[in-house]
Formats: sequence, structure tokens, C-alpha cells
Amino acid sequence: MFLHDFVQKFELEWLTVYADRKQLVGPGELLAEGPYFAGENTYREGSKIFSSRVGMADVVGNKLVVVPVKGAYIPRIDDIVIGRVTDIGMSGWQVDISAPYPAMLPGSETPMQRGRDVGRRDLGRTYGVGDLMIAQVIAFDRTRDPLLTTKGRGLGKVTSGRVARITPAKIPRIIGKSGSMITMLKKETGTDIIPGQNGVILVTGRNPDQERIAVEAIYMIEREAHTSGLTDRVKAMILDRMKGKTVG
Amino acid sequence: MDELRPIKLEVGILDKADGSAYIEHGKNKILAAVYGPREAHPKHIALADRAVVRCRYHMAPFSVDERKSPAPSRRELELSKMIRESLEPSIMSEYFPRSTIDLFIEVLQADAGTRCAGITAASLALADAGIPMRELVAACAAGKIEGKVALDLSDIEDKQGDADLPVAFMPKSNVISLLQMDGSFTEEEFRQALEMGTNACRKIYDMQREALRQKYHVVRDETEKEEIAEVKA
Repeated sequence: MFLHDFVQKFELEWLTVYADRKQLVGPGELLAEGPYFAGENTYREGSKIFSSRVGMADVVGNKLVVVPVKGAYIPRIDDIVIGRVTDIGMSGWQVDISAPYPAMLPGSETPMQRGRDVGRRDLGRTYGVGDLMIAQVIAFDRTRDPLLTTKGRGLGKVTSGRVARITPAKIPRIIGKSGSMITMLKKETGTDIIPGQNGVILVTGRNPDQERIAVEAIYMIEREAHTSGLTDRVKAMILDRMKGKTVG
Repeated sequence: MDELRPIKLEVGILDKADGSAYIEHGKNKILAAVYGPREAHPKHIALADRAVVRCRYHMAPFSVDERKSPAPSRRELELSKMIRESLEPSIMSEYFPRSTIDLFIEVLQADAGTRCAGITAASLALADAGIPMRELVAACAAGKIEGKVALDLSDIEDKQGDADLPVAFMPKSNVISLLQMDGSFTEEEFRQALEMGTNACRKIYDMQREALRQKYHVVRDETEKEEIAEVKA
């Protein structure tokens, strides 16, 4: 299948890698044989390492990884996420962060200076159901739902802008190597872009046209993430759209 | 006697679902959709250490000659369970504790072998959703008609046939995850039918992998053509 088309075996003594770098692989695809480490989205069976998802195979040192093309967002501690309030509880809010698990933002994790206990009505004044926020994951493990905080620079309620939703696996592509892609997007559209690790991206511009073009660029990157020369093509698309629009 | 009916596979046909696939296997037309991993509703069905896999196999009322009532029949309930059990060994559900993975198989047109075609499509839909799996599962049925062992019977053939043997198979692990038998085989006939079935599954497995590749390489080819056109101009 994918392998057999581009089989390039690197034989280093008795270590054998079967997958070509940056090659599309699927679940059950044989990547390598020998004492390599089975990295993300791969698994080991005996001396062989297989892919467990559809994605690009890559070798990092002596670790084999697969960068997936699609997948659910699994929270990690310190991730910045953009979420939507779905419920107000006794001491906090339930937040949808587009993960298989609902997140919780406790009242104590918001920059409220008051020392007294806050009732449900007071909580509603900070965030109502449906409000968007930028938050950070402070706790998550296999036994409990993720915990969020909005104490921190840049965190808190979202009051303006537009939201794009893409698969979380493509967020690194939106950012680019050393931020090259996102820097270009911000500069060419004149917007501020905050990518949440959960695949939700906030775009804030001075006018709706800029925001719309940035969102279009984001969806274009998601569609063509696995192609080369993408940064230039996206830049060309943006410049084309920006002609005749007020730059503000 | 060992001819596989024509098969067409397409991945990612429903963009609202997390993963999806469409299969045409002979005259069977079946859609598979995956939602998940997602929050478990109701909460009490969630398992502490892994995801719960739920499956619904359903035949549309217009999928057969005589209108089939939309209510789930005993057959559909049983097939839902069997399909789930044939795919579960491949799903690495330990990665998503306390969540659910919902699988839907909707038969739009039926012509015998729907459970097998459904499994083939569902496995692709799971891969499309990015759910970690050990490998894909392919399925096909062998049977016996006019005393001879044959592969992939159609509805007319199955109704006249003496036996039916649906098989779901994982070629890399060499594991059979579904094996059913209706009718009667001698031991020798059974062995022949099983081998015919698993070999057909290997072919279908290759088609599944090709369908996955098609989805991602098509975009690349299109964009490369654009680049070449720009350079020439």
C-alpha cells in the first residue's frame, strides 16, 4: 500500500525502517523493525512498530512517530484552549472545550479579588451560558475531567472577534515552524490570531473583512496541511482577497 | 465461483461526522458514520479505564423490496452487537477512558452481505475519525450454492443457497473477529469457504487502504497541478 510504493529501507546494521519520511501511513502499517522507540500514534508488537492512525510517518532520532491528519482533542496540562460556557454551577462553570470531556472552571480560578463566597447569580455576571473564554488547562488525568484557569496573561472572556474551528491535529500547521505561518497570517490580514490547542482559533481584527479573510486562510491551511509550499500559496490568496478591502 | 462482487469505497463522505465512509459492494449501498470519542451520555454507561463502543446497524425502509419497518428488528439488534464485537478488538479504546465512540451503519440498499460490507465501511470510518486502531478490519461472506462452495453470494443466490459464512478478518494480525454460519457445510467445505472468505478479506483490506490514501493524495495532486500552471504562465 502506501509503503510499497515508496519503499526505502534504511538498513543500519540490523535496524530496519520501512516507512519513508513524511509518508502517509494508516492503522496497522508496518513502520520499522528493531530497537526503535514507539512514539506517538504508533505501537510495538514484538520487534515491529506499527502505526495506529492515519497520518505522516516521521523519524525523530530513534523514535518513530505518526503525525495524525485528524483526531479528537485530548487535553494536556498547560494547553491554552478556547471554550464555551455550557452551564453555571455552584462554584464554577462547565465549559465545552471540544474534547470528549467537559471542562470545569472553578470560581477560585478566575481573577476575582473578592474574598467572600460567590453565589450562582454572581458567577453569572462574570460568564453567562454561551460566553467564550480563553483559558488554560491546569489539571487533567484519566480519572477526572479537565480543570481550567483564567488567571494569567491574555486569559479571560472573549468579547469580540470571530472563531474558526479546525481539527486539533492541524494547529501546529497553523502556527508553522517557529511561528512562520501564524506570523504571516497576522501581518497580511492585520488581525490578532489566538490558536487554542483544542482546534478553536480566535481571530480579532479591526473590521469584519479582515477577520473573514483570516478565517478563510485558516480553513485553507486545514484542507491543504499536508502539501508543500503552503505558506506562499496562503499568502497569495490573502493578498488577492485583501485587494480593494479597507485595511483599516 | 470465487469471484468478489465489484466494490467501491469512499472515505470522509459526511463532513459533520468525526469519521465516515461509504461502500458499494455489489448492489449493497451502505453508509458508516463515527462520532467520537465524545462525552458519555448517559454518564453511568461510561467505563473508568476505556471508551465504550456503541454500534447501531440499521436498514432504511427503502433498502429492500418489501418495505422494512423503521423500528429496530431483532436481527438489527443482533447485528449491531456482532458488528461492534467484530470491530472492538481493533480499536485501542484504552486511550479514551470515560468516553464513548458511537458507530452508525445505515443500509441504503441491501443485496446480501450487508453486515460484512457494513464492517468494512465502519472500519474505514473509524480510521477517518482518527481513532487509534491496531489495524483495519475487512469482511466478506462465503457460502454454498448448488452443492459448491462459492464466494460473496448475492441476495438471490443466498436465498437459493445451502449455507452462508460471513467472516471479518484482520490480515496483519491474522485474527478472525467475526465468524458466523447459517446452513450446513462438511468439514472440508467449511475449510474451503473459510479460506475463500479470508482471502477475499485480504483483497478488501488492500482496497480499504487505497481508499484512505485516495482521500489525502487527491488534494496534493490538485495543488501541485496549480503550481505547475502558475509557473508556465
